[in-house]
Amino acid sequence: MPCINGMALRDYFSGEASAASPTVARVEEFRGKSVLISTSDQLSAARALIQLDGVARRMVLCTPDAPLEHLAAITESAEVDAIVSDQGALGPNYPAIASCETEWILLTSGTTGVPKLVVHTLQSLAHAISQGAPINPGATQASPVVWSTFYDIRRYGGLQIFLRAVLTGASLVLSDSHESPAEFLERAGARGVTHISGTPSHWRRALMSPAAKQIDPEYIRLSGEIADQTILNHLKSFYPKTKLSHAFASTEAGVAFEVNDGLAGFPAGLVGQKSGVEMQVRDGSLRIRSPRIARRYLGHMTKPLVDADGFVDTGDVVKLHGDRYHFAGRRDGVINVGGQKVHPEEVEAVINGHPDVRMSVVRTRRNPITGALVVADVVLKAATERTHQNDILAHCRKTLPAHKVPAIINFVPALAIAETGKLLRHA
Amino acid sequence: MSVRTEVIAQFTQVAEEQNKEMATLADDLPLLNSGLDSLCFAVIVARLEDALGVDPFSADSDSPFPVTLGDFIRSYENAVH
Repeated sequence: MPCINGMALRDYFSGEASAASPTVARVEEFRGKSVLISTSDQLSAARALIQLDGVARRMVLCTPDAPLEHLAAITESAEVDAIVSDQGALGPNYPAIASCETEWILLTSGTTGVPKLVVHTLQSLAHAISQGAPINPGATQASPVVWSTFYDIRRYGGLQIFLRAVLTGASLVLSDSHESPAEFLERAGARGVTHISGTPSHWRRALMSPAAKQIDPEYIRLSGEIADQTILNHLKSFYPKTKLSHAFASTEAGVAFEVNDGLAGFPAGLVGQKSGVEMQVRDGSLRIRSPRIARRYLGHMTKPLVDADGFVDTGDVVKLHGDRYHFAGRRDGVINVGGQKVHPEEVEAVINGHPDVRMSVVRTRRNPITGALVVADVVLKAATERTHQNDILAHCRKTLPAHKVPAIINFVPALAIAETGKLLRHA
Repeated sequence: MSVRTEVIAQFTQVAEEQNKEMATLADDLPLLNSGLDSLCFAVIVARLEDALGVDPFSADSDSPFPVTLGDFIRSYENAVH
């Protein structure tokens, strides 16, 4: 496996040059700059990442849904002084260029709506690929490895697959936001995809498509959300010959571990190991220290990325059952609806704005399709029997996107309050 | 109300709430061509669990993921009976 030390991403790339490749001078224009990579399609972003790692001082990987109203804040925090957009995007052309260590900036959603800017380097991003991953695709294998991912490669989970393909010389079939799950699966099948990754929600949607039969992968990887036993069982029975793996990773903490036994949760023995990826459970949540964690946040983040001991607190609550840890939700109560995060307080504020509502608490409810759904317990001001679930739901729909609107409203006589005076929340 | 009627009622209700234009419902209609998205199906499954007391797609059942509306209804009919 390649060693990342001192080499830039382009040194590993063996793809064909595109007809539209720009000159070396174009690449030189980006030397030492902080470059915002904001393209509508993933292939243009892929070309820019390969060319500019080792040249740019910093690359900001703008996701396709990055909120435009915060673009000024992002460019200010990251001190952006160059932009790659679809017009005049860089084509692949790989001259001998002296390398520096480029910062890779990933966007991740923050509590306030302003994306957090997370600093990685090629070394931190690729560490899980070059070290001890159970599957090392490459030219030495008898049949060629073709990777694909449901993820956008500008998100951490997708970027792992992009780097894996580039660093091991494998092909990669990108998804396209304009195509349906069925179209993507048909295309992946036609290209002979052998290794494919996505979130549990991506896979739940795929299994509902008749086109799920179009792929016959050797290896399926789940990450980005908690893989519950339901989706693992469904995948195992639909693709019986496939090696099934679920990984725990986050933009801040990097890849922590992979589980290959087809069971939800992870072996308790992983916690407390002293070498490589170190994991601790403190105050009920999982903490991680490894060479794969991000370097720091950029901009006006008041909270440091790691604690005094260098551990990232993932905020994911874990509970020990027998010899295995299982995930039990987020400490901050954030609900993950099919990969989209929902802060309960935001939904409660909207519900409480309804004239008949005294108070409310928003909770998560397990769901086999989206992993979780938002539900609300609501206390009405008076026994106004005329207030119907639909009135409150219609009120929510006026201001909240669909995934934040409660699926079900339970009317309750009272809500439990803790001694601190705060609503009692249960993970 | 029969299981089938309850399922159809939830499809209609959720489509209306989420402002989705729903295809004409028939047993061979692929769910992903129904005009509803994953979130709609998630809401339907949650509400049917409250109405019928079963979730045929949860971990402790062996019902495969439904592809057509007919699969979906049969999963509930089998789970209820």
